[in-house]
Amino acid sequence: MLDLVWLIPALPLAGFLIILVLGRRLGEPRSGYLATLMTGTAFVVTVGVFIDLLSKTTEERAHIKTIFTWLPVGNLKVDLAFLADPLSITMALFVTGIGSLIHLYSIGYMHGDPKFSKFFLYLNLFVFSMLMLVLGENMLVTFLGWEGVGTCSYLLISFWHTRESAATAGKKAFVTNRVGDWGFMVAMFFTFQAVGSLSYAPLNEAARSGSIAQSTATVIALMLFVGAVGKSAQLPLYLWLPDAMEGPTPVSALIHAATMVTAGVYLMVRTSPVLAIAAWHWAPWIVAGIGAATALYAATIAVAQNDIKKVLAYSTVSQLGYMFLAVGSGAYVAAIFHMITHAFFKALLFLGSGSVIHGMNGEQDMRKMGALRKLMPITGFTFIIGWLAIAGVPPFAGFWSKDEILLFAWDKSPILWGVGLVTALLTAYYMTRQVIMVFYGKARWDDHAAEHGAHGDTHPHESPWTMVTPLVVLAGLSVVGGAIQLPFSATTKRLESWLEPVIATSERPLKSGSEDIKWVLAGIAVLIGVAGIAGAYVVYSKKKVKAIEPAVLANAWYYDKTVSDFMGGPGRKSFEFIAWFDQRIIDGAVNGAGRMVQGAAGVVRKGQSGLVRTYAALIGLGAVLLIAWFVFRGVAQ
Amino acid sequence: MIVAAGTFTAPSIDWFALAPLLVLLVGGLVLLVTASFTPQWPKHLYAYATVALGLAAMVVAFVQWHAITRDGPKLLVGNAVSYDHFSMFGIITICIGLSLSAMVTDDFLRREGMEGPEIYGLYLMAAVGGIVMVMSNDLIVLFLGLETLSISLYVLAASNRRRAESQEAGIKYFVLGGFSSAFFLYGIALIYGGTGSTNFNRILTAFDSVPLQRKDSLVLVGVALLLVGLGFKVSAAPFHFWAPDVYQGSPTPVTAFMASVGKAAAFAALFRVFVVALPNWKDDWRPVVWVLAILTLLVGSISAVVQTNVKRMLAYSSISHAGFILIGLEAAGHSGASTRSGMPSSMMYLMIYSVLVIGTFAVVAVVGRTGDGATDLGSFRGLSRQKPWLATALTVFLLAQAGVPLTSGFIAKFGVIEAAVDEHSYALATIAMVSAVIGAFLYLRILISVWLADAEVGDEKREAMHIPISTGAAILLCVGFTIYVGVNPEWLIQASDRVVLVAVPVVGG
Repeated sequence: MLDLVWLIPALPLAGFLIILVLGRRLGEPRSGYLATLMTGTAFVVTVGVFIDLLSKTTEERAHIKTIFTWLPVGNLKVDLAFLADPLSITMALFVTGIGSLIHLYSIGYMHGDPKFSKFFLYLNLFVFSMLMLVLGENMLVTFLGWEGVGTCSYLLISFWHTRESAATAGKKAFVTNRVGDWGFMVAMFFTFQAVGSLSYAPLNEAARSGSIAQSTATVIALMLFVGAVGKSAQLPLYLWLPDAMEGPTPVSALIHAATMVTAGVYLMVRTSPVLAIAAWHWAPWIVAGIGAATALYAATIAVAQNDIKKVLAYSTVSQLGYMFLAVGSGAYVAAIFHMITHAFFKALLFLGSGSVIHGMNGEQDMRKMGALRKLMPITGFTFIIGWLAIAGVPPFAGFWSKDEILLFAWDKSPILWGVGLVTALLTAYYMTRQVIMVFYGKARWDDHAAEHGAHGDTHPHESPWTMVTPLVVLAGLSVVGGAIQLPFSATTKRLESWLEPVIATSERPLKSGSEDIKWVLAGIAVLIGVAGIAGAYVVYSKKKVKAIEPAVLANAWYYDKTVSDFMGGPGRKSFEFIAWFDQRIIDGAVNGAGRMVQGAAGVVRKGQSGLVRTYAALIGLGAVLLIAWFVFRGVAQ
Repeated sequence: MIVAAGTFTAPSIDWFALAPLLVLLVGGLVLLVTASFTPQWPKHLYAYATVALGLAAMVVAFVQWHAITRDGPKLLVGNAVSYDHFSMFGIITICIGLSLSAMVTDDFLRREGMEGPEIYGLYLMAAVGGIVMVMSNDLIVLFLGLETLSISLYVLAASNRRRAESQEAGIKYFVLGGFSSAFFLYGIALIYGGTGSTNFNRILTAFDSVPLQRKDSLVLVGVALLLVGLGFKVSAAPFHFWAPDVYQGSPTPVTAFMASVGKAAAFAALFRVFVVALPNWKDDWRPVVWVLAILTLLVGSISAVVQTNVKRMLAYSSISHAGFILIGLEAAGHSGASTRSGMPSSMMYLMIYSVLVIGTFAVVAVVGRTGDGATDLGSFRGLSRQKPWLATALTVFLLAQAGVPLTSGFIAKFGVIEAAVDEHSYALATIAMVSAVIGAFLYLRILISVWLADAEVGDEKREAMHIPISTGAAILLCVGFTIYVGVNPEWLIQASDRVVLVAVPVVGG
């Protein structure tokens, strides 16, 4: 079964190709079912590989399947190969599992869209790329997937490109992601330079044995982190993720919550020895610091958002910050654990919000909702489970993973722990706020409809079965997901023993003092969560206290605005300055061409008057500079 | 050195070794002469004849490649021409470019109502010039090739008499090209003055002879002028100004020819001169190449971002590709011709890029429709709905130009950056990656128009897009090559590794 690991990405690829060729003929809903079937089958294969791996001893749990040798040059040999080990299979399991559910959900959600089959075309391509990313045996295969998911994300954000905002959002996602890609590329070349290979195994081995210079390891680790910051929307490159909500909601759930944005975390875990062992000791501090800062920063913004999806988007940024806090604190198991539970409850929340938006005929403003619990019972019920999970209420999944991260953060530094705790408080607060605004209180959609008259009659209704089924499944997982890693004893830490071959050497051991007070810390975390919920209840349900939603938070600290003002103003100017000569020439050539139609004589005149002379002068100037340099070399002897 | 006419003995000539050159030269002349005495040939025949000549020359080059592998490289015609793997690799690249361009040109000319043998004759002559440049082992010979190529290109650029833009492109190219040739020629004169010869071997060995100092200003200024002249031909910044205007104005298949054959020949000449003849001055020219490479990369990728015409965008992208190849030259400037990666990776880059650029421009030629005017970004909107396969092919080319893995473009970029990293040119490698990152924006912008946008209002009133057979075949070949090399690059990398065995060191001064 292990040798069939190549089938996992091949199935969605096949789906992509079939829809590419036959998409129009298949139409709705058949292309949707085909895409779902392909991803679902990939999930089944992954489960098979998983079971096969389980039956092996710990040392044997890494299987490399080489498809062919891609770049065999001199000392560099790069294979197109897949690596089936506990980490990659864990990732593949939830990529294909949650992916299938979201495919199914999309069949209902995208119903009636004129580009129905194109949507599934991109979706399958995305799943394929994501699987290449996680299953890649070396950085190059991962990079291929990395670029692929970026492109798909870009295409899917701009899917409804007729909306101006969607096109702009796509562009923003692309640009910020490229900064991250650059980091990845640089890391790749330094790795090649230092280790002579791009495979993960030799890199990690070199990091463990100390045969790689500390400075080089630090550069590699930090450049990989730059890549991760771009992909996983951390400060200062998080900008694109809230805007990415312009895409269809299933895309937000799949790409911008459950899978793609966690690629950065995956990468850091995959190369964990480089950061944890080989790099200078301050390097993990940077990762933890940025993670904690992002977690807190995004949580404060989420408090004041009114768009149902924007709240979840900032919440995602914040939770990803948690994961990087875990990576920086050396809690690699906790990072993966939180990634999994987060994938469950955040996908659930996004799909739930999509169901709400669907039922509300496209309305996304929470101020125009309320009391939807009764009209959309299943959506409401499952959303509430997602809320409990993210708010950190035991025994739901989010509690366990968040708790473990906080424990390691405490162990690293009480300051990090404090930041994490405040974030937890805010998380509970804004999620409660959201649940109250959407599902409880007074129905406000009629008021607004009456006020504006434009919306006409809004009749919220429950969604079709294709949409509701995934909600129920994900709700179930959000309840029991924590069971894969319970902190009671070594045997209940199933995820830890499963991932052991991958992260054993880089996981930071806890100080004994921290281990002793872990239940105290857990108790504090629960109290904080409850406090957040109670606070929001008082403010939004009882309305005893006036809500604090300052404009500075609603506008995300004006960071986005500052950046776009710069890029629109001085930044764009500098671009244009560089293109200045050519700008002039465009005008000259275009205007000139218009006039030149009059006759060939005009061509000659135009050709000799000004423009060519300018070019020649610039070439001459360049020549003078070059000659000056060489003469200087001659004289300087 | 002046030889009295009476005592002049012609050098012996190994005719077989010059066969690729002769095939194209004789074929071109026969084509032109026969065509002018016979009435209009049947459809396709001019193009087929050109393709056949190109393929024939290529086959001969392959045979010679193996002969060289067996017998080793040598110098011909009084040491003025070198017969080595480098030459053959360049010749094969030029022949590929020639044949593919001719396939694209065929339908284009019929559509524009300009059918005739002249363009093909000029292509063949330009290719002959290019081959002379690639094989040259003497500055004068190189200059002859350069002028043969350039003059053909000037005329080709202006060959669409009905479009003012084409005329403008021709004139601009001619004036500026003449200007740069003057620099080049003056550079030859100074080198001759400083070293006493124009022959690469002699220039190389002159360095060791007692009277010549490395810091001889005469030679150094000569090196500077040669760099200006060749820098212009490869469109390296700041000598790139002609390229956007000329690329945009020329008939689209001619642009493809220029960007492939023209660029390949000019870069091959650049390597011949600097790596083979002037390695002793490498510490002087390498920093300059370093600066030129960075300028070229940044100008190319940044300026491309603000363009709205696809041909112009591709012109800037071609400038940025030139920057990448200059990285290879810089790397070769560290350890001369003996370095494994600088020269081979650049030559491989040229071959890969030639195929890519012809494929891309072939698609542009189809989308441009009669009049060759519909080349602004708007004309590409909704292409995926009208011609899905054409859109797919364009996607492959653009992704490859952006350097996405599993395409040939990735192998090319990876090669030169690896060469830079090998020589510890980290700054250059990093800037190259930055510019690759910026440049990708341009390609994706085109792809967004192709795949996501709806067709322009009024587009349905335009004539329907028509993909003729030979253009379609050319596009298919280019796609095949791009993907095949991307997936299985081993043979090409190994072949290109051989180009470092140039003929010069074999024959002493």
